[in-house]
Amino acid sequence: MNYIFYGLIVISIITGALNGRLQEVVNSILTGAELSVKVAFSLIGVMAFWLGMMKIAQESGLVDFITKLIKPVTKRLFKDIPENSPAIGDIAMSFSANALGLTNAATPIGIRAMEELQKHNKEKSTASNAMCMFLAMNTAGFQLIPATAIAVLIGAGAKNPTEIIAPTLLVTTIAFISAIVLAKVFEKFWAPQKESGGES
Amino acid sequence: MFQAIMNLLSLWALPVIILLILTVGLAKKVPLYESFTDGAKDGFKVAVNIIPYLVAIIVGISMFRASGAIDMIGQALSGVLAALKIPQEVLPVMIVRPLSGSAALGVFSDIVHTLGPDSYAAKLAAVTIGSSETTFYVLAVYFGAIGISKIRYALIVGLLADIIGIAAAVLVCHSMF
Repeated sequence: MNYIFYGLIVISIITGALNGRLQEVVNSILTGAELSVKVAFSLIGVMAFWLGMMKIAQESGLVDFITKLIKPVTKRLFKDIPENSPAIGDIAMSFSANALGLTNAATPIGIRAMEELQKHNKEKSTASNAMCMFLAMNTAGFQLIPATAIAVLIGAGAKNPTEIIAPTLLVTTIAFISAIVLAKVFEKFWAPQKESGGES
Repeated sequence: MFQAIMNLLSLWALPVIILLILTVGLAKKVPLYESFTDGAKDGFKVAVNIIPYLVAIIVGISMFRASGAIDMIGQALSGVLAALKIPQEVLPVMIVRPLSGSAALGVFSDIVHTLGPDSYAAKLAAVTIGSSETTFYVLAVYFGAIGISKIRYALIVGLLADIIGIAAAVLVCHSMF
């Protein structure tokens, strides 16, 4: 993360200076910082709501039920996590919410999943294999219905806005599977967590 | 017909999930109100915890966008674009997508309005947006929430998957539209 942070800022300042946009770059520090707090605060309410809902789902046994349902898949993807850990249920719920396009629900539940994964993590400041796998599943952004894109197309009066559903589903599936395969491959070849602690 | 079903599904997904959670909870005699408020307490804590990580990543990305670096990447890649028959207008969507969801959506809306919602560029951009995520934001929020600073291969995998997704989008759209 150190290199990414440094790289983003240094490249921005240098290219900004070359393009004569240094003033815009400086101004963007303020707007970016403001935006971050807005994003975080807009999360508070919805985060509280879904964490509350998830607590009920957990105590009623609903999460355990889903955990058992998807065990055959998660057993392979998350080798290091005990089969009956609440993390697995959270991962399943967060994934389902993402697939249905319910980003507002997916983020709080996903964060809860990360907290559960952290309990199984040996080195608390370094990402575990399971975390990288979960993140790979998330950044691939698997979605059954691209609701936002369709809404924009409908708003502009497209003749057949839903025709993008099939190609999107195909592409998102390809990206999702590649992400999982890549995560598995890197898991094998990347230096194990303990010795190096990884980089960036 | 198909569109009506899709709309219905989008509308009912959340209510059905909420009803299911509450009904199962009630049937299993979970103290609904107490459990809900107990779980919800963490909402504020988590949201505040991620602020430092969000500031770092969002300020970095804002600076990057303001610097004009994205236009420069676009110019450098214009030869590749022509060879792959990717409309010039779609490239910013592909570059911005992992960095910022709202920015990608902005460029997409722009394409839809200038080139028309039925243009090839609009469809390719729509598929690209629908099939990917804001990788940097997701990493910052999820790792930030639990204080992970050494992310190992997570970013590389995310970006590689994005590139594969974009390539797939170009291929699929090229053969379908």
